[in-house]
Amino acid sequence: MNAAETGAWALLIQLAASTLRVSTPLVLAALGGLASERSGVINIALEGMMLVGALAAAIVTHSTASPWLGVGAGMAAGALLALLYGLCVIRLRSDQIVAGTAINLLAAGIAPFVCKVLYGATGQTPSIGIENRFQSGPTWMAFALVLAVAAWLRWTPSGLWVRFAGEHPEALSTAGIRVNRVRWAGVVLSGVLSGLGGAALSIQLSSAFSRNMTAGRGFMALAALIFGKWRPVPTALACLLFGFADAIQIRLQGVVLWGSEPVPVQFIQILPYVVTVLVLAGLVGQARAPRALGQFFDRG
Amino acid sequence: MADSLQGPAAAPAAVELRGLTKRFRHVVANAGVDLRVEPGTIHGVIGENGAGKSTAMKMLYGLYAPDEGQILVDGKVCSWRTPQDAIRAGIGMVHQHFMLAGPYTALDNILLGAEPSPSWAGFLPRSLRPVDRSAARARLQKLSEQYGLPVDLDAPIERLPVGIQQRIEILKLLYREARVLILDEPTAVLTPQEVIALFENLRKLKAEGKTIIIITHKLKEVMSFTEKVTVFRAGRVTGEVETAKTSPQELANLMVGRKVVLSVEVPPQPPLGPPVLELDSVALDRRHGKLDGVSLQVRAGEVVGIAGVEGNGQSELMQAILHPRDPGCRSSGKVRVLGQDVTANTTAEIKDLGVGLVPEDRHQEGLLLERPMTENFLLGLQRSPRFASGGFIRQDELEQACRNAIREYDVRPAAIDLELGRFSGGNQQKVVIAREFERKPRFLIAAQPTRGVDVGAIEFIHQRILRARTEGAGVLLVSSELDEVLALSDRILVFYDGRVAGEFKRGECTEREIGLLMGGGS
Amino acid sequence: MESWRGRLQPLAAVLLGLSLGLAVTAVAGENPWNVLKVLAQSSLGSWYDLGMTLFYATPLIFTGLSVAVAFQAGLFNIGAEGQLVFGALGVAAVGALAPGVPSPLAPLVGILAAVVGGGLWGFIPGWLRARRGSHEVINTIMLNFVAAGLSSWVTLYLLRNMDSQNPETRPVGAGYLLGHFSSVFGDAPFSGAFFLALLAAFGVWVLLWKTPLGFEIRAVGQNESAARAAGIDGARIRILAMTLAGALAGLVGVGEVMGNSGKFRMGFSPDFGFVGIAVALLGRNRPVGVIAAALLFGALQKGTAALDFETEHVTRDLSSIIQALVILSVSAEGLWSWMKRRKGGMGA
Repeated sequence: MNAAETGAWALLIQLAASTLRVSTPLVLAALGGLASERSGVINIALEGMMLVGALAAAIVTHSTASPWLGVGAGMAAGALLALLYGLCVIRLRSDQIVAGTAINLLAAGIAPFVCKVLYGATGQTPSIGIENRFQSGPTWMAFALVLAVAAWLRWTPSGLWVRFAGEHPEALSTAGIRVNRVRWAGVVLSGVLSGLGGAALSIQLSSAFSRNMTAGRGFMALAALIFGKWRPVPTALACLLFGFADAIQIRLQGVVLWGSEPVPVQFIQILPYVVTVLVLAGLVGQARAPRALGQFFDRG
Repeated sequence: MADSLQGPAAAPAAVELRGLTKRFRHVVANAGVDLRVEPGTIHGVIGENGAGKSTAMKMLYGLYAPDEGQILVDGKVCSWRTPQDAIRAGIGMVHQHFMLAGPYTALDNILLGAEPSPSWAGFLPRSLRPVDRSAARARLQKLSEQYGLPVDLDAPIERLPVGIQQRIEILKLLYREARVLILDEPTAVLTPQEVIALFENLRKLKAEGKTIIIITHKLKEVMSFTEKVTVFRAGRVTGEVETAKTSPQELANLMVGRKVVLSVEVPPQPPLGPPVLELDSVALDRRHGKLDGVSLQVRAGEVVGIAGVEGNGQSELMQAILHPRDPGCRSSGKVRVLGQDVTANTTAEIKDLGVGLVPEDRHQEGLLLERPMTENFLLGLQRSPRFASGGFIRQDELEQACRNAIREYDVRPAAIDLELGRFSGGNQQKVVIAREFERKPRFLIAAQPTRGVDVGAIEFIHQRILRARTEGAGVLLVSSELDEVLALSDRILVFYDGRVAGEFKRGECTEREIGLLMGGGS
Repeated sequence: MESWRGRLQPLAAVLLGLSLGLAVTAVAGENPWNVLKVLAQSSLGSWYDLGMTLFYATPLIFTGLSVAVAFQAGLFNIGAEGQLVFGALGVAAVGALAPGVPSPLAPLVGILAAVVGGGLWGFIPGWLRARRGSHEVINTIMLNFVAAGLSSWVTLYLLRNMDSQNPETRPVGAGYLLGHFSSVFGDAPFSGAFFLALLAAFGVWVLLWKTPLGFEIRAVGQNESAARAAGIDGARIRILAMTLAGALAGLVGVGEVMGNSGKFRMGFSPDFGFVGIAVALLGRNRPVGVIAAALLFGALQKGTAALDFETEHVTRDLSSIIQALVILSVSAEGLWSWMKRRKGGMGA
């Protein structure tokens, strides 16, 4: 094997590894979105739940030096925000898109607020030493969870209930299962998983929480979910695709592909978003959302 | 309570309601309802829309809690809060709109909420124990053999015909060991043949000791399949009679409380004019629905009725007439309206030729329920010279037209600012009809014109349709009420599976012949 | 006509959201009463403050109208943020590339550029929804990111202002700049854009409630299949409504570029587009309501800006928190019936 080939292999492995890494928060949040949307609740609030998850994980890891406690805090924070979201959309009949937008706005306001109170600056949390950060833990977790969620939906009663809650809530209700309880579970689970995704962002992929660090990943996760037709494995594959675009963008910065100028970094940055729009425009005909997605359920 | 029909006088009724009363805000839906169903019988519950029969049944199977009164099962007083309590007591319901999720298998739909799990999984919480599908399958296979209800348990619901879906609903109840089965309008979506199969199944269930309650408004079915009938009117029980000792006319009287004129007085037919509608082998891609080379003609001065079980291409037919440009509505064939080829025209252009449309589902396609009557009256006329000039809507003119319509069509309440959702079904339909007649249509499409409409309004609507014909318009009447089609139409076309299966002139056919064609016979 | 209850609910929701937001400041160790005083003082305390409040309210009127128009057509415009970026970029680009246009003509050209830029960015999701069936919510969110990326590229590669450290475009020609009313509002960048916003609100009202086209837009939003059966082309109406929504959001660029900075500055909008959702919701998707809600949120934006230096622990981010809480309170339809039941229950 010559040097050039070795180099190419190394590059490829590097690229694969970084794809897996940067996909991790996406996969986790998308699984969260799946739990919520399969139960019939649109979840635009993934973005906000990730953000508070990232914040809480960074704060707790920084103060306790334990990334495990940090992860726990991230999940708890995501769940807390999910409880508020659930209160609005399951109990109080808020429009799910409006309330989701508000939750994101709330998270975007609360994060700097908490930073300011704790650290005197709104920008970011103190950085966490490499020894207290995760290397690959959340990545393994994320992909194990993909299989776990797939099995859960297929093989357990609660998985069945979640699917019926999103598809035909009246059928579930007449079969004796409280629809809104199932939806609460789906929404809270989405908070837990997006919180975990946020934690991966702040204590695995970087060393601190910084303002707006989710940068639209919650929305990307949602797009991956639609792209993956609300199924766990295809959704995870869509996340990997987006992650690959992200990884390659980092690689391609400054690389000259044609002519004499390097590819403007912005074009690579917008690539995943453009791909999402194109994919949805081309494939959405076959992608059928859960029938009762977005509909308030009025009893139980 | 010694008036039991079968067995010794002491045998308790399978189900008994005593003085049930249910109020919703200011409306009394049920007032002192008494009802007694003997075990092992088929019992009919009939009444018009809104007569309170569904409310009573919903209390029986636990969806509503009664405000007053008692429910007795096998002679014991029960009180329950949810359908699950009722099903535990052996009472289950097959809803008119099936409680089945389309993409999932029959098996999953049946075992939902009653999932068996293997014994080793006992340590897990119920919600996380693996679902033992093979155990459920074995039990269901036995049940379907015992009751003669074969189904493909692994097929997704959306691929199964309606008759089979209903069978799955029944299996769902048997799987839960229901002894009393309530069926809400079970024949509404079935072909005559499927109806026969259904009632054979029900007889078998009865023979196996099940008790069956059928909610319906079809007198014929009640007469031929039940032992006893309870009649509801205006929230009360107006009669409980043995089927063998009553007649359709008596039941109808109990239902509406006055002698019903079951026939419509049809004025003499005016001379036929030129065609207002000509379809030439209009067909639709199977992906989009059923319409298979339909050719037909409607001429000025006649009512052409389309008979058929719903879902045999009637909706597609109307879509093809009104939206011929839309590839989801017409794939091939020619459409001519009022003598003009409209195959390439927009809906607005077609309607402007002088076409009125009473859509089959007025809530879906006819009205803006959250908007006032004025805006509903404007819908489709917003660019007509009468209501728009210089780029603005003429509000005064519009309000005047609404007031006129209220007077002429006797719309109540007479409030042009009230949102239309607050009007009764009959009055909503009158608004639709008033609006469409505002166009002075030369071609009128009236689909299910009296569905969900009270008796008084039915007469009125029938007369308006016949008046349009007298005044020289051509009318295409689409209705799943065969009686309505027979009464109003000069010619009748029977639709089956997207095709015209037969054609008759007024008085030249019997209900039996049409019924046979509706079910695909010949 | 709307009921009194319908009109009072938003007011109650604002009070609830504001109280909750102030309660949060108490958690941070501030005196909520003091925070409220700062908010009121610095939003309405002087002519200058008032001018700033109106300056902040201007873009919110535009984005609120944008969301409201789309909503009336049954569409969710989460994309006002991207549309306003494109509108502003359009003004800046035209102003920088054709700086010589004389004064009376230049503002009109600028307005046109804002309309075209924003309209284009609204047309795309409208077209995608109408012709390809892909949902506008996801598409507008994606297009927000695309707009951010493209505007950054245009700013840094094509129109970069070499005299500045900041990522911004070259200044527009002098003819484009709108005057400030400094005799009234001092240094506040209050410009004619505010009156343009009022005019736009009036225009939207006339369009939606007085013309056949507006009726068609509302009919499609209410019940698309009924509109279709009545001969209204829903696809065309939705593309139109979304384009109009984009154009309205694009007009934010007029106030920002022509009325304030004279150039396109990356990241100039503190989520005007998203706050527009709150404004439309609070204003019940009616132009007059949108104006009222925008004034309120403009005051909030100006008021919270002062918190950075007037208080120890609370920053301008409080405005996001309060806005979010207000949206949640307004949108929670069940909240009001639930509270009524509670009250009824206690009375009985």
